[in-house]
Amino acid sequence: MPIHYYIILSVTLFCIGVIGVLTRRNAIIIFMCIELMLNAANLLLVAFSKMHNLTLGASNPTLASEAQVFVFFIMVVAAAEVSVGLAIIVMIYRNIHSVDVNFLNRLKH
Amino acid sequence: MGNTLQIVWLIPLLPLIGFLINGLFRKQLSKSLVGIIGSGVILASFILSIYVFMQVKGGNTHLAHYFNFINTTSLKVGFDFQIDQLSSIFLLIITGVGFLIHVYSTSYMHEEESKDFAKYFAYLNLFVFSMLLLVMGGNYIIMFIGWEGVGLCSYLLIGYWFKNNEYTNAAKKAFIMNRIGDLGFLLAVFWLLNRIGSADYHTVFENVSKLSLTDITGITMLLFVGATGKSAQIPLYTWLPDAMAGPTPVSALIHAATMVTAGIYMIARSNILFTMAPVTQTVIAVVGLATAILAATIALKQNDIKKVLAYSTVSQLGYMFLGLGVGAYTGAVFHVMTHAFFKALLFLGAGSVIHAMSGEQDMRNMGGLKKYMSVTHITFLLGCIAIAGIPPFSGFFSKDEILAGAFANNPLYWGIGVVGALMTAFYMFRLYAMTFLGKFRGTHEQEHHLHESPAAITIPLVILAILAVIGGFVGIPEVFMHGGHKLEAFLEPIFEETNKYVAANHPHQPLSHSKEYLLMGISVGGALVALIFAWNKFSKYEKSDAEETGFGKVLANKWYVDELYDAIIVKPRNSLAAFLNNIVEKKGVDGLVNGVGKAVSYGSRQIRLLQSGQVGVYVLLMVIGMLVLFIVKFFL
Amino acid sequence: MFGNDITIPHLLIFIPLLAGLLTFFIKKEATVKAWSLIASFITLAVSILSLVYAKRDDLSGYSFNYEWLKHIGASFAVQLDGVGRLLTLLTAIAFPLIFITAYKASYKNANSFYGLMLLTQTGLMGVFLSTDALLFYFFWELALIPVYFLCSRWGGERRIQATFKFFVYTFAGSLIMLVGIIYVYLHTVPILDQQTKAVVSDHSFALRAFQAADFSASQQNWLFWLFFIAFAIKMPIFPFHTWQPDAYEQSPTPVTMVLSGVMVKMGLFGVIRWLLPMFPLAVVKFDNVVIGLSVIGIIYASLIAIKQDDLKRLAAYSSIAHIGLMCASLFTTKQVAIEGVMIQMFNHGINIIGLWIVIELTERQLGVRKISQLGGVAHKAPVLTIMLVVIALANIALPLTNAFVGEFMMFTGLFQFNIWYTVVAGLSIILAAVYTLNMIQKVFYGESNVLTASMKDISLNEKLVLAVIVVLIFAVGIYPQPFFELTKASVAALITTFK
Repeated sequence: MPIHYYIILSVTLFCIGVIGVLTRRNAIIIFMCIELMLNAANLLLVAFSKMHNLTLGASNPTLASEAQVFVFFIMVVAAAEVSVGLAIIVMIYRNIHSVDVNFLNRLKH
Repeated sequence: MGNTLQIVWLIPLLPLIGFLINGLFRKQLSKSLVGIIGSGVILASFILSIYVFMQVKGGNTHLAHYFNFINTTSLKVGFDFQIDQLSSIFLLIITGVGFLIHVYSTSYMHEEESKDFAKYFAYLNLFVFSMLLLVMGGNYIIMFIGWEGVGLCSYLLIGYWFKNNEYTNAAKKAFIMNRIGDLGFLLAVFWLLNRIGSADYHTVFENVSKLSLTDITGITMLLFVGATGKSAQIPLYTWLPDAMAGPTPVSALIHAATMVTAGIYMIARSNILFTMAPVTQTVIAVVGLATAILAATIALKQNDIKKVLAYSTVSQLGYMFLGLGVGAYTGAVFHVMTHAFFKALLFLGAGSVIHAMSGEQDMRNMGGLKKYMSVTHITFLLGCIAIAGIPPFSGFFSKDEILAGAFANNPLYWGIGVVGALMTAFYMFRLYAMTFLGKFRGTHEQEHHLHESPAAITIPLVILAILAVIGGFVGIPEVFMHGGHKLEAFLEPIFEETNKYVAANHPHQPLSHSKEYLLMGISVGGALVALIFAWNKFSKYEKSDAEETGFGKVLANKWYVDELYDAIIVKPRNSLAAFLNNIVEKKGVDGLVNGVGKAVSYGSRQIRLLQSGQVGVYVLLMVIGMLVLFIVKFFL
Repeated sequence: MFGNDITIPHLLIFIPLLAGLLTFFIKKEATVKAWSLIASFITLAVSILSLVYAKRDDLSGYSFNYEWLKHIGASFAVQLDGVGRLLTLLTAIAFPLIFITAYKASYKNANSFYGLMLLTQTGLMGVFLSTDALLFYFFWELALIPVYFLCSRWGGERRIQATFKFFVYTFAGSLIMLVGIIYVYLHTVPILDQQTKAVVSDHSFALRAFQAADFSASQQNWLFWLFFIAFAIKMPIFPFHTWQPDAYEQSPTPVTMVLSGVMVKMGLFGVIRWLLPMFPLAVVKFDNVVIGLSVIGIIYASLIAIKQDDLKRLAAYSSIAHIGLMCASLFTTKQVAIEGVMIQMFNHGINIIGLWIVIELTERQLGVRKISQLGGVAHKAPVLTIMLVVIALANIALPLTNAFVGEFMMFTGLFQFNIWYTVVAGLSIILAAVYTLNMIQKVFYGESNVLTASMKDISLNEKLVLAVIVVLIFAVGIYPQPFFELTKASVAALITTFK
């Protein structure tokens, strides 16, 4: 499969994520959209890694696996982020009984 | 070092010591002690001056070097005293007349409080010190030290009664006008330093040929600006009449006999420079003549006894400048000397009158004082005759010499000069007649108090009167007596270079004897007529309240020169200062600086609005930023 | 003198530094005052000794060099030479005078006040002594920061605003200079180890290296402005001066004395020490611009001074005019003018401090310093008046007072440069007389009014302080030669760049 299929897919995913973050007010959905963007990036990484592996892999077998390690890193970090982020959202909900981000403008003051 | 004249440092030092003692211990010393110290130091200086004069007369002149005032690689100024014919004559005048006026002051100022009395003598001593520095200095910088010093003392003494605002205004005016002149003097010195590299008289005069005509003209013009300030010539003369706010002996010493002649001394000292600058000479002659006439016309209509004398001084100084301008340097110095005698006499006489009249200075309230104050009356009359130029009194010889010089240069100068001389005779005898003749016009109380002044006042008057009568005999013109002009012979070495230069470049024929007699006859005859006319008219003066009208009013108001200066200089300066202070400084320069601060503060207030605190907005901005980067990267 | 480790410059810097730091820990006000007075007197003694034993023709003077940050080529290099001698002396004289004057006044938290004052002295000394650009910059800022606190804590009503302006203005200048210093630094040659010839540091901050750095005319042209603007703000010359009247007016008077007496000389000193030798081409190229600005400033400030009603603002504008003349003279690069500036920096410091003392004493008694509210003081306080008149006359450069010598030489140099600048600048001689005599007349002469009727004459220690100043005024005015001897060689060396 040509590489640009992957690129178009991940750009589409990323844009959906961005639009979601910008338009929705529910913190949970925003959160999910951020995950979407993160995974769009992951997808690209994997795709590029595979592409480079096809051209360079013969001479340097470790290259492909090295690149894919990034994806695992990102997934681990994302998992940690989800746990912390969800915890924060839960705390916010307990405090102000809403997860609408428009209420969360305390930074302004 | 072996020269006996090396000790001349004592001459200025003594008055300085007097100043320090009287100034520092003014609360402790008694009045009589202050008077003795104050006059004593001047007497000692006078005796030394006589010694110096004798030495100089014997042919011993000396340039005494004491220490280096400024000594760097780029500028050397020695603390030098130049003792020669010119300075020794001035030494005699300053310390001699100065001593008499000190003695006079012990009585005149006796009603002052003890510490003010000491302050007065301290200032007076300081003045003599500065004046001595001025004439003894061996270069223009030491002269300038004295030059500013006398200006300062004049300021302090005019404002002696400092509680009176008008007096302190007069003092301030005198100082500032002097400073305008001083700037000219300073610029001339800078110019000399720049071209010759030295301000020593002998170096300058020896290297005068190195200067271009432009340089010489520029330098002499600037020096003359300095002289107009100090010696009260147009356009800087208006401070002198106002300076009469000071005590009368001060007017006699500073504003008649000594300080105001500093300009004449300076030009006589630099004679070779001026001789080589014909343009400047013409300017000096014209300004001198114009001042002489202008001041004389104003003096015709003044009623304050001191104001008349003040304008008379301005006018006589104008004659001296006329003399300098036409190259009659000896005549100018001669007139300085005789003028010192008779004008000091007239001022002191006026002081005696004011003393007797309990402070009254308006001549309209005087009259008939002849019978109350005989010594004052006679000495004053002698002074009037001397200044009017009646032979054989001193004023005749000196004024005649200047007028003869003027005639040789340009008969028109002479003609105008004679008219001025007639006015001099007229206003002096108007003054005399209104004060001493007729009947008394003051209040009864004043009349009751009228008395002759004490000996400390009358003795100086008598001595000065004798000098005013006989002082002219040192300069008897050639027509009367061959070799009679002792002063000219004495001053010969000072004007040697000038005489050579004149002889080489513009030799002129001496006046024929018959012509000289004719000229003298006209001026003396005219003066006599004016004198008798004034005598007759004003001995029957009656007080009237009628205001002056027409031209008389213009004269009484001094040609409105003060008002003119106020309108064209003082007011614009004040408005400019106000404009700069209120508009340019506050709105402009400072406004710009504060404006930068305000702009930053305003800008950040606007930008702050971006920090809305809404997560959505931040994300939106982030995405926009990303897109912009994206577009810039790939499409631009 | 004290071996190789401690030299005169060290003492001059570290005595006030240690004394100042210690002052913060003293609680009792009287002890604080006595302590700082003693410390300042020790500094003065060291300074006088250093001048007595100074080798007149020695260009490097007492110098010391300690490699401080070896690898960037910065060192603790200090040197007491002809350029700095008179200014360190001025700094050393100024502080005891200020402390004695302030002895009767009471400041809240006296320990911080006096501590900060001594720290300021440290900074000033450091500026005048350091021969390393980084060290110079360090002291330059060190002198500024304590003053900021002094003004903002003990100042007048509008102190926050005035101090803020003062600080931001001068600090902006300093930062511009820092850019310049870094640029020049990057163009200096590497330092080599003496034995091994290995490169110790790629560049150097030393004064000598800075002067040796070779710049083309076009580089000099913009580098010149980086430094000049910093110095111009500090001096200050027109049109960078507007922080000054506000700062002088709002600062407590002891601080004003430091500011006007000593601190403004930092700008002039910077020009002499750094700017003139570093960028001679640019100095010659821009001389007309700088002198033009200075001359405009002289007249401008003199005219504005006529209109001031506040004594402090009057003195501030008068000071701007005097500094303008000094700045103009520096850029003529004529020997006589620079020699004049050297002595005049000292004289101006003495005179203006004297003037402030008189203003302070008047204000402390009467609580006002508006000229229009005063009058007739001469009658009530004759000694104060005499002192003031002498100081005021020195301020307008009357002969035989100290300022005459300096001004005379500066004008002589300016005349050699251009006659018309001299004529215009010379007008300030007249204008100075106008505003000074106006002030004397309105404050001291005339009848006393309700306010001044209760005025008493000054006390003995105040008389002594003023007497010291008056004696200095006349001593330098009558026999200035020793002062010329101290600076002569350095000026001659400086001037060779321009021949």
